Amino acid sequence: MAQITVENLGKIYRVAARDPGLAGAFRGLFRRRHNEVVALDQVSFSLERGELLGFIGPNGAGKSTTIKILSGILRPSAGRCEVDGLVPWESRIAHVARIGVVFGQRTQLWWDLPIVESFELLRDIYRVGQADYLRMKDRLVDMLKLSPVLDTPLRQLSLGQRMRCEIAAALLHRPRVLFLDEPTIGLDAVSKLALRDFVKELNRDEGVTVLLTTHDMHDIEALARRVIIIGNGKVLRDSSFEAMRNEVLGERRLIVDFADDVGDVTVEGAEIRSRDGRTVEFGFDRAKTAAHTLIARVAAAHEVADMRVEDPKIEEVIARFYAMHGAVDA
Amino acid sequence: MSAVALPYLAVLRARFALMLQYRTAAWAGVATQFWFGAIRVMTLAAFYVGTGRQPLNLPQVVTYIWLGQAFLAMLPWAADAEIAAGVESGNVGYERLRPVDTYFLWFARALAWRVANTSLRAGPVFVLAAVLLPFTAMAAWRWRLPADSAAAALFVLSIALTAVLSSAMTVLLNIVVAAGRTPRVASFAMAFVNLFSGLIIPLALFPDWAQSALLWQPFAGLADIPYRIYFGALSGGKAAEGIAAQAMWIVLLTLFGRWWLNRVMARIDMQGS
Repeated sequence: MAQITVENLGKIYRVAARDPGLAGAFRGLFRRRHNEVVALDQVSFSLERGELLGFIGPNGAGKSTTIKILSGILRPSAGRCEVDGLVPWESRIAHVARIGVVFGQRTQLWWDLPIVESFELLRDIYRVGQADYLRMKDRLVDMLKLSPVLDTPLRQLSLGQRMRCEIAAALLHRPRVLFLDEPTIGLDAVSKLALRDFVKELNRDEGVTVLLTTHDMHDIEALARRVIIIGNGKVLRDSSFEAMRNEVLGERRLIVDFADDVGDVTVEGAEIRSRDGRTVEFGFDRAKTAAHTLIARVAAAHEVADMRVEDPKIEEVIARFYAMHGAVDA
Repeated sequence: MSAVALPYLAVLRARFALMLQYRTAAWAGVATQFWFGAIRVMTLAAFYVGTGRQPLNLPQVVTYIWLGQAFLAMLPWAADAEIAAGVESGNVGYERLRPVDTYFLWFARALAWRVANTSLRAGPVFVLAAVLLPFTAMAAWRWRLPADSAAAALFVLSIALTAVLSSAMTVLLNIVVAAGRTPRVASFAMAFVNLFSGLIIPLALFPDWAQSALLWQPFAGLADIPYRIYFGALSGGKAAEGIAAQAMWIVLLTLFGRWWLNRVMARIDMQGS
């Protein structure tokens, strides 16, 4: 049975609006105008225990709204969902005790408290026994390298240190599901890598189900086997990362540095996409021609200095996908 | 029981420790409260000159004023500033990621705030008005000790209920702020609190026909009831009545507050990230 099921979830926000200028403000005193913004529209998916799902989409697509509903702090306007048999917004307290949530843009720790005191407060709030707490804390401190910052108040930490503490804080009570909303936002390259490794390990070794949203395609590539693309509040695609990439950009690139000037070179099964002196970039359809066949053909016909096969850039893949579905932040 | 209360006690403890760090504000408060206490004592003493029998005699009124100054921080004058800020920033919604009842979480914070602030101010005001003042020319205007040991014990019980009652009212102010999404709407509460708690004029000095109603209205339990118990103006059955009034309002306001907060929380939307 699926651990998380989401059926036809919908969310409409009512946003107060007013006409521009002083006259508009004055009219607003008597008659409030509301615009309805559809944040989610018939979103459905399900997640098995131990899966790691990436949620991507442009700003305003509905990623955060989905996470907020799943974590029990927002009520949907339509549809239902269950996490481990509980409807999040109906059984909020029981539900949130079993999940871990990190919002990259928000802190859930106490600004003025040293990290270890925040952890101890969370231990009591989640009613974790002292022995369990110490075991879990020591492991997290070890894995996330937190020992140098434990006695420092949150406000004095760097963003990378803070995010590691936030993740640890979300795991102290051993949740079976972890929701990460843009956990790598603003982090430097090293911190991002460390965070990805940790999440991967947590998912693989502990079987924690992870649902993460991100703008960083490298997060998705490094972590998620399965991807849901969301745009304008709708699920546009729910598939493996590879399948999505193949569908959008089935073309791969073969870049060849020829040893001599080759003039008008032609290779069966490939077309020239660009050339720069002796360097020629060929495009080929991976479904029709295997890379090694193509390499053999080129090498047989010409003197070659260097050769490499590349996939198109992930950002390029996603940008094309959004454009195909008109899902660009309006 | 202790397992149920554990999260709230932890928040209360952490909050209390934090509030105790605001010592500069507390010393400024002590100075202000002693100064205003002295002025109010002199004003009321001037009114007492030449009047006939009053429901409270002058030493009682003077003590009443000093108690009011010492326990001023106990009054629910404003909503929790952090919660008010959280309503504007949306953090209030995120607090609901914790497996705790929002009402009791806010209650624990309010209680820590009231008790910490009061404990920083009450002692110094007592030292100034009850210990040092007798050695000056104004000895007649000193803070006097409780009527007897029974009055002292009942006062401790009643002032503890005051802290609880005031916290319940503070949470109500928080809810008003959360419901209206505007942090300053609650300031009108101050006028009611000041008048009907007896802080401006002791409730006993109001007309006789109003006395019973005044004792049973919710604000009397914030100041007037424990103070009158302190110097014995409420004793025996009357003291029991005052304490019962406090307890009743605690129960009613808590039930109402929980019901209202659940309604408000159900329709809070948090947009964007």
